[in-house]
Amino acid sequence: MFVHKVVVPVAAMVIFLLFWEALVWAMGWPNYKMASPSDLWPAYVKYADLFVINSWQTLWRTVAGLGLAIIFGTLLGMVMGFSRIMREALYPLLVGFNAVPKATVVPIVALMFVGAHDFNTVLIAFMISFFPIAVSVSIGLSTLEPEYRDILAALGASKVTIFWKIALPKTLPEFFGALKVSVTLAFIGTNLMEIVSPHGRGLGALFDSGKTNSDYPLMFAVLIALAALGILLYYVVIALEKALAGWAVRD
Amino acid sequence: MSDAPLIDIKNVTHTFQTKSGPLQVLDDLNISVREGGFCAVVGPSGCGKSTLTRLVAGLLKPDEGEVWLHGERVKSPRSTVGMAFQNPVLLEWRTILQNVMLPMEIVPTKTTKKQQEERARYLLALVGLEGFEDKRPSELSGGMRQRASLCRSLVHQPDVLILDEPFGALDAFTREDLWQTMHKVKEKEPFTGLLITHDLRESIFLADQVVVLSGRPARAQYVLDVPMDGPRDLEHLYTHEAAEMLTILRHQIEIAQGRAPVGSPAEPA
Ligand SMILES: Nc1ncnc2c1ncn2[C@@H]1O[C@H](COP(=O)(O)OP(=O)(O)OP(=O)(O)O)[C@@H](O)[C@H]1O
Ligand SMILES: [Mg+2]
Repeated sequence: MFVHKVVVPVAAMVIFLLFWEALVWAMGWPNYKMASPSDLWPAYVKYADLFVINSWQTLWRTVAGLGLAIIFGTLLGMVMGFSRIMREALYPLLVGFNAVPKATVVPIVALMFVGAHDFNTVLIAFMISFFPIAVSVSIGLSTLEPEYRDILAALGASKVTIFWKIALPKTLPEFFGALKVSVTLAFIGTNLMEIVSPHGRGLGALFDSGKTNSDYPLMFAVLIALAALGILLYYVVIALEKALAGWAVRD
Repeated sequence: MSDAPLIDIKNVTHTFQTKSGPLQVLDDLNISVREGGFCAVVGPSGCGKSTLTRLVAGLLKPDEGEVWLHGERVKSPRSTVGMAFQNPVLLEWRTILQNVMLPMEIVPTKTTKKQQEERARYLLALVGLEGFEDKRPSELSGGMRQRASLCRSLVHQPDVLILDEPFGALDAFTREDLWQTMHKVKEKEPFTGLLITHDLRESIFLADQVVVLSGRPARAQYVLDVPMDGPRDLEHLYTHEAAEMLTILRHQIEIAQGRAPVGSPAEPA
């Protein structure tokens, strides 16, 4: 268990870093083309407090956006899952909304709410990540076999009871499937805004300052920090899934 | 109230509005079942049998006619009804015991949690699922899941049990096992039963009255009284009387399907 869950992934990570180091060394790439892992370490040491502050900025705004996406996506999914009319009305709108590349929305939002940087960032993280959740919840609810409803409805149970006792738990596996996608998307949203919007907050801004100062190891160091945060968030979702929908996992 | 039927379906007509226009499924249907009786309903596929169960359970309202249970007109679902389907619909996130106890979370009872659990365990033992209380549904065979589903439909002591092809997806041996379990359960748990089935042998083995429905829209085309009472064993299915009843029912089904004229060839002399 320990070997599979910890040793194997860590070993893979180490091999990857060694390979990266070796590749940069063998190709003789200069720093501005490709920094190697050994260049990153000094960057982390030098900017340690900046990394801590900005990682926290990125993290909390991503989680806030994702939290809103979960609440709004679930409510929207419920509305579409329970009412066919709402489903037919909202689906095209939603698909169209999702099709708009968020990179084009970022400058618009940044202009719309000038100065409200936290708000902007959370908004983009939210906008980019609620779609999978809404779709999965609506599909989960609308494909609930009538018998599942009937075992409780036949006893006079209310719609709310049926939702809490059956529909909601039954959609949890799909919900978590979507959440794994959304958590990555929210992260991308946060970073888009941080890079574009000139407020100097978050890992995206740190990346941007690395770019301005031609500090290439810093830019790569930010990328790796982002990856680490992404992995952290992803595994939080996995842990939640295990706790709440572990019954659906067969191993 | 000795003579009044416990389940009384009176002149029920029902039509669904579908995309391709109205679809009438039940036409002036009459069925009554006495208290403690067990009525099997057979009929061609798609004639409206499941619709009938949903009407009796109060999940649907008939366009015309009335359904009465226990001398009261059914207007909405009521907790004195238990239901089981071909699909056992056990909740995968609950153990077997928790699945069986589900109805008691809905139906108001005066019993304590402990008494409820005892009742669920008692029923599970009755159908032969002792020792499986803490298993997940996916760890059980199809027949065992159906047994658990049966326990769930009975746990809140309903006086009407509605079964919609509960054994339809099981193999022949498992099905015969469950028939015998049904008799055992019926002996201990008093209920009035309405059983939908495709299996004529099942209908005469379990029920004391078999109603043959016509093709859609369904009417009660033929009613057969099964002159056997109480528990029976499988040998009964191979007696002369059983063979005669099966012949009659088979012929009635052929008429309902439109494959035989409304004549007399197979009717007993
Ligand atoms: N909610 C509904 N809306 C529209 N049509 C329906 C609905 N429910 C059932 N029907 C139609 O009514 C007819 C009867 O359905 P029902 O399920 O009652 O048949 P059944 O006798 O139980 O069939 P089977 O033997 O296959 O189980 C079918 O043609 C079905 O397509
Ligand atoms: Mg049916």
